Amino acid sequence: MAKHETPLLDELESGPWPSFVSDVKREAQFRKENPRNINFQIPADAPDDLLGVLELSYKHGRTHWKHGGIVGVFGYGGGVIGRYCDQPEMFPGVAHFHTMRVNQPGGKFYTTEYLRQLCDIWQMRGSGLTNMHGSTGDIILLGTQTDQLEEIFYELSHNMNQDLGGSGSNLRTPSDCVGQARCEYACYDTQALCFQLTQDYQDELHRPAFPYKFKFKFDGCPNCCVASIARSDMSFIGTWRDDIRIDQKAVAGYVGGEFKPNAGAHSGRDWGKFNIVAEVVDRCPTKCMRFEGGKLEINNKECTRCMHCINVMPRALRIGEDRGLSILVGAKAPIVDGAQMSSLLVPFLPVEEPYDELKAVIEAVWDWWMEEGKNRERLGELIKRQGFQKLLEATNIAPSPVHVKEPRSNPYIFWKAEEVEGGFDRDITEFRKHHLR
Amino acid sequence: MAFVSSGYDPKEPMKDRMADIGPRHFDDFYPPVIKRNKGKWLYHEILEPGVLVHVSESGEEIYSVRVGGARLMSCEMIREICEIADKHCDGFVRWTTRNNVEFMVDKKEKVEPLKKDLLSRKQPGGCFKFPVGGTGAGVTNIVHTQGWVHCHTPATDASGPVKATMDVLFDDFTSMRLPAQVRVSLACCLNMCGAVHCSDIAMLGYHRKPPMLDHEYLDKMCEIPLAIAACPTAAIKPAKIDLPDGKKVNTVAVNAERCMFCGNCYTMCPSMPLADTEGDGIVIMVGGKVSNRISAPKFSKVVVAFLPNEAPRWPQTTSVIKKIIEKYAEGAKKYERVGEWAERIGWERFFEVCDLEFTHHLIDDFRDPAYYTWRQTTQFKWPSK
Ligand code: HEM
Ligand code: HEM
Ligand code: SF4
Ligand code: SF4
Ligand code: SF4
Ligand code: SF4
Repeated sequence: MAKHETPLLDELESGPWPSFVSDVKREAQFRKENPRNINFQIPADAPDDLLGVLELSYKHGRTHWKHGGIVGVFGYGGGVIGRYCDQPEMFPGVAHFHTMRVNQPGGKFYTTEYLRQLCDIWQMRGSGLTNMHGSTGDIILLGTQTDQLEEIFYELSHNMNQDLGGSGSNLRTPSDCVGQARCEYACYDTQALCFQLTQDYQDELHRPAFPYKFKFKFDGCPNCCVASIARSDMSFIGTWRDDIRIDQKAVAGYVGGEFKPNAGAHSGRDWGKFNIVAEVVDRCPTKCMRFEGGKLEINNKECTRCMHCINVMPRALRIGEDRGLSILVGAKAPIVDGAQMSSLLVPFLPVEEPYDELKAVIEAVWDWWMEEGKNRERLGELIKRQGFQKLLEATNIAPSPVHVKEPRSNPYIFWKAEEVEGGFDRDITEFRKHHLR
Repeated sequence: MAFVSSGYDPKEPMKDRMADIGPRHFDDFYPPVIKRNKGKWLYHEILEPGVLVHVSESGEEIYSVRVGGARLMSCEMIREICEIADKHCDGFVRWTTRNNVEFMVDKKEKVEPLKKDLLSRKQPGGCFKFPVGGTGAGVTNIVHTQGWVHCHTPATDASGPVKATMDVLFDDFTSMRLPAQVRVSLACCLNMCGAVHCSDIAMLGYHRKPPMLDHEYLDKMCEIPLAIAACPTAAIKPAKIDLPDGKKVNTVAVNAERCMFCGNCYTMCPSMPLADTEGDGIVIMVGGKVSNRISAPKFSKVVVAFLPNEAPRWPQTTSVIKKIIEKYAEGAKKYERVGEWAERIGWERFFEVCDLEFTHHLIDDFRDPAYYTWRQTTQFKWPSK
């Protein structure tokens, strides 16, 4: 018998898609039976009470969680989100229900040994419920009580060599795409760079010193599988400077129908015979391709590396060999002044350990933002408020047409005194000699 | 439930403390075939929905079987995933950015038994535990946020609408008939912890009533200046009022016309709750993308200003989403994303084709960027009927 009746939630136990309700019930049942004799450190019926409070929300159409409250582990300004239930007497198991963010490994690869260790800690000291993963990338341990926070941190760090992630006005847990580990499009090792920067900036990650949150994300190519361009204050996106490598035999393979276009991504419908001109050459945004006499040509100088042709014919076309990344800055969700995508700041940097050049850019951006940013002002908002030029100055990057979609359409240029011959200090008396009052 | 110490000594928190150690190194977790072939992958192919092969320069292959799942996941479920990974994949497994799980094997013969095993596992109500799919030109798993399961400002639930939507879109999770991939996402309030602002289709929880004011407690529970400072639109100002018992208290006043219903004040001040049964619901946004493929990344646009919260299965929300996807499947050209399709046919045609009502709420009036969304040309399309 379940602890609470949940008729509304029970309706989410049918249909083909995995049911979180069935899954939470499974954990509830497990805790009730406790076959492994776990010495539960928070109420065994936390999952039951979570279902109970959620059912109440389904009935009311309103959340029953109160705002946070400051809880955390000693010396860290983030990594824990405090949470209290507004019906603690009805649902004592989740009266206090704080989450912990655990910094996920690169590419979200795991061994079962690691996952079981994590479950051992979390089933004993927390609710046994998780989010795999939070939208920033962390493993989210969903629901424990204040007195367990240090214990969990101690066991994570001492037994698993594993740290918490970030929350609050600091560097948020960086995340990366699967990249070179299993993707032929990756222009640099996203996991290596993500790991190294996460390590180098642990202080920024754990101790809030920024005006607001700051996110790094690492995409191996312009396909942007981790959405860095939309979701990170600093987006690191792989790119190349030389030519797309063409294997003409494989091109013929696609044209002849031997290989499925787009790696088979469209095989669920009959789209007709593959037409390289209509599907690739004509869709190229820069019209820099030609298919003549069975030969595909790319005018690489004009290519903007949108990935379309490579995505359509991965066996025939490969990214270039002079690889690195572009840095774009300032993406954020709409609150408050509207959503922003990241804007291109550094067109190309090679990705070479120990990444000094890259870190110089990061640190110059941070210095400027920490100096000029208002409280709760995201980097993108500061750039908008002060202008892109200020960012270029702060990072000592020369302006170029790659920084804009188009030049400005108003001439209201804020000339600086040092830019104008003779400066702004002028002699009115001298002027009046030639221009009578 | 006796307290069991981890070894941590609250009197000496710094003793043996391990801090700033960061995440584990990814090398600890790569399957051997990945370790051997990292950076050497030549090409990949989607053999069938949910099954990918990547082929290396070395000739080695890795087969990945992708399964969907609920992001809210129990440790018992994780242990079951471990059991499967031990049985078929030498103890390795990974998650994708979109809450899918990937089981990887190094030989083609291992794929079928793995798939069979995954698909044989069902929950008590008949739901798949590990539906195989989420690849190519179809719908993959939904990225989402906490909703009523854990947050204090949501205007809708997350896990419930996601489950309901994926049930409705299930056939497109397990097949690849669409013109291009369709990324669906959900965020439960306008803070948008998930990247809903750049998704092909997004559900966004939205409040429509300004905060209520618990005058009697407000000054006691909250730092009034912090609540005022929290408001992004400067809608809050200090006030003094007389309670019914005649007592004069410090409190705040909210200018309802300026409120954008973000809940930031409630985060600072629990005496300013927003949640409301009728007021809260879902906004539908479409046409965003993050990939640079063919066209530049795009923001999603609001196409339905409000749908009520209809727990537990949000039927209006799921049917609007289903309808948009069907019309997109019919009308878009191969490789065209939802946003590219809408722009090609024109938004006026999009509303007609999808049979969505265009209301004044859909015209941007929020600050500067609004102007750029109006039509500064005589070029527009007449209705087709
Ligand atoms: C002003 C903007 C924002 C505010 C005030 C805000 C606030 C919050 C709060 C209160 C939570 C806690 C939810 C819980 O109880 O577990 C949360 C969770 C989270 N937020 Fe935000 N958030 C904002 C924007 C964002 C954005 C833009 C992102 C990412 C792109 C993000 C990523 C996350 C993540 C990853 C979580 C963890 C839970 C989850 O994955 O759903 N947040 N946020
Ligand atoms: C702060 C902004 C502006 C100021 C202070 C300003 C001032 C003036 C003045 C003083 C004149 C008269 C010049 C004369 O008598 O020879 C003038 C002429 C004119 N302005 Fe502006 N103006 C401004 C912006 C603009 C803008 C934005 C436009 C158009 C988009 C514009 C279009 C014109 C035109 C077409 C003329 C007539 C020029 C001619 O054919 O002789 N002005 N403006
Ligand atoms: S972003 Fe590019 S390199 Fe990274 S996984 Fe996606 S397609 Fe591959
Ligand atoms: S990558 Fe894009 S721009 Fe470059 S040739 Fe291919 S389709 Fe054209
Ligand atoms: S989107 Fe809003 S309601 Fe949802 S988890 Fe984030 S802050 Fe909370
Ligand atoms: S909900 Fe947001 S906009 Fe409205 S009063 Fe509160 S802080 Fe201001």
